[in-house]
Amino acid sequence: MQQANRLRPFFENITFDRDDNELILNFGPQHPSAHGQLRLMLHLQQEQITKAHPDIGYLHRGMEKMAENMIYNEFMPTTDRMDYIASSSNNYGFALAVEELIGLDVPRRAKVIRMMLLETNRLMSHLFWLATTALDIGAMTVFLFAFREREYLMDLIEDYCGARLTHAAIRIGGVPLDLPDNFIADLRKFLDKLPENIKDYEDLLDTNRIWLMRMENVGVISKEMALSWGCSGVMLRASGVEWDIRKEEPYELYDEVEFSVPVSDKGDNYARYKLYMAEMRESAKILYQVIDMYEGTGPELMAHAPQYISAPKIDIMTQNYSLMQHFVLVTQGMRPPVGEVYVATESPKGELGYYINSQGGAYPYRLKLRAPSFWHTGILTDLLPGHYIPDVVSIIGTTNIVFGEVDR
Amino acid sequence: MRAYTPKDDVQKKPYYTDRYWVAPQVAKSDVSEDAVFAADLEAIKAKFEVLDAYIQVKQMVVVINARDNFGVIELMKNELEYNQLSELSAIDWLASEGKFEIFYQMLSMSKRKRIRVKCKIDEKESIQSLSSLFRSADWSEREMYDMFGVVINNHPFMKRILMPDDWEGFPLRKTYPLQGDEFAQWYEVDKIFGKEAREIIGPENRDPARVDRYDTERFARLGHEVPRGTDISQGEPDTPLVYQEEDGVFLIQKFDAEKSVVISDRDR
Repeated sequence: MQQANRLRPFFENITFDRDDNELILNFGPQHPSAHGQLRLMLHLQQEQITKAHPDIGYLHRGMEKMAENMIYNEFMPTTDRMDYIASSSNNYGFALAVEELIGLDVPRRAKVIRMMLLETNRLMSHLFWLATTALDIGAMTVFLFAFREREYLMDLIEDYCGARLTHAAIRIGGVPLDLPDNFIADLRKFLDKLPENIKDYEDLLDTNRIWLMRMENVGVISKEMALSWGCSGVMLRASGVEWDIRKEEPYELYDEVEFSVPVSDKGDNYARYKLYMAEMRESAKILYQVIDMYEGTGPELMAHAPQYISAPKIDIMTQNYSLMQHFVLVTQGMRPPVGEVYVATESPKGELGYYINSQGGAYPYRLKLRAPSFWHTGILTDLLPGHYIPDVVSIIGTTNIVFGEVDR
Repeated sequence: MRAYTPKDDVQKKPYYTDRYWVAPQVAKSDVSEDAVFAADLEAIKAKFEVLDAYIQVKQMVVVINARDNFGVIELMKNELEYNQLSELSAIDWLASEGKFEIFYQMLSMSKRKRIRVKCKIDEKESIQSLSSLFRSADWSEREMYDMFGVVINNHPFMKRILMPDDWEGFPLRKTYPLQGDEFAQWYEVDKIFGKEAREIIGPENRDPARVDRYDTERFARLGHEVPRGTDISQGEPDTPLVYQEEDGVFLIQKFDAEKSVVISDRDR
């Protein structure tokens, strides 16, 4: 053990032990490429990692506890703070879980708008992933390019709900607003340019020597390991398991749109990178189809269920009974039936699940957030040993973990 | 007299509930309605005691004895093709029954089905670890221990995961207050400055919504700015708004609708 006040060199982050030549490196929690507050205790032999201990909890806010002390609608903006890169997908998962619990039927226009939000969020998340991972590995240009495109999407979301990062754009029972006038035209303009942009990124990265060195055959996750660690999303599909919840257990309108699920059996960083790029193209394909669906929908945006959902604003402002009901729902909150539900959705990071145990009260009795990044961080324990220090950054990059979600 | 507050459940309660309110139930249907689930249940029943089984919101719920948890999940993994353990955690029923309910959320990718296996244990009882079957259980069980204090047998690394290692109390229990207990409010003060600094620093404010309207050091008073540290408990000085046009503060200008530009279309 090092003594800080002895006359030997004292390094805050490094412990030397001469006997077995092992070096313990403390990576994080404030490391710029730890993608948040990840602390890794790495046991090293020279540059090679022999043991890795991810240490999390630096962003723990106790969201599950908070949920037990909030009415259901109050919790919606809190879900934004989980995966804050694609916050609408968190909103959606929660809204869907409560809707399944109550048994609500959401109007078609709301579904179409939700689909648009979900897929724009997926694009935003993937662009952000590409930008930060490329930056970690040293590709500054890709970072700037991808952030430029992401900025357009954030502007679009801002046009829709006023917020850029924490959207809270989905309500239990529907969506709060219809699309603004220019939304579809702007989205189309963006989508028309997207293939060109993705090609730019790929031209810069696909055959880039540094990129390939950090990506190819690095961080190989076998199929068994991915399944055993509860991996989902791209982490699972890159390891040869064809499982996309949008396809296998379709929710919303995913059974009406055509898209394919890119799969790879390589399991390495490069495979994950290719899947993210392919998924962006698929999202664009879905968005084109959803834009066409929008035209034929009726004007309703929220489900009609007076016991649980407030009436439309116009009714609240003109009809006494709607106003009373709205007042009760806002002050006391809706009381879903007694029962429990687990709903999984495919968020950009993987399987985002909400388990809700309702005892018929205005507050959930227990709410468990199943965030994909939690296990994608856990897998580092088994994945990192054998790799070298420079690979750590690229492996953390391609796991696409977000700490709002890991720590909740 | 102070209103009675129960000590065994300090979570927020609705301030008003209609005395005739009867909560409806989420429909439970019989397992025989789904052939896949029925076959799975038969396979489990052949080897283990099943206390209850039903289908709720498209998923089967199987209630078993806590001592069978490893066996049932092993059976489901090896014979029934449930290849992923998506989630596991506990529910605190200590106030009503003195028990924890533990649920395992299983997913079968080949059958596209999800089953929730549940069991109950006493507060002091421990439960078998599943981390040798599914590596994902490793972290989930640590989280369950961290949040509820449910002790796991045969776990490779039984340590807190989200809270600090030296934390006292289990945050997700119903007896644990939302803002934290007394230990929590002194934790950082003790850790950073030492116990002897308690009197100087005082307990940590753990209510993020607390606002002190007389505190001019820590709270901004938009539109009513006063110099930092001013005592305003006895009334406050006027803060006039001054604009650049009137030889006031540089950079603060009056809004002029004529001169402002409205951007109608961003060039995308």
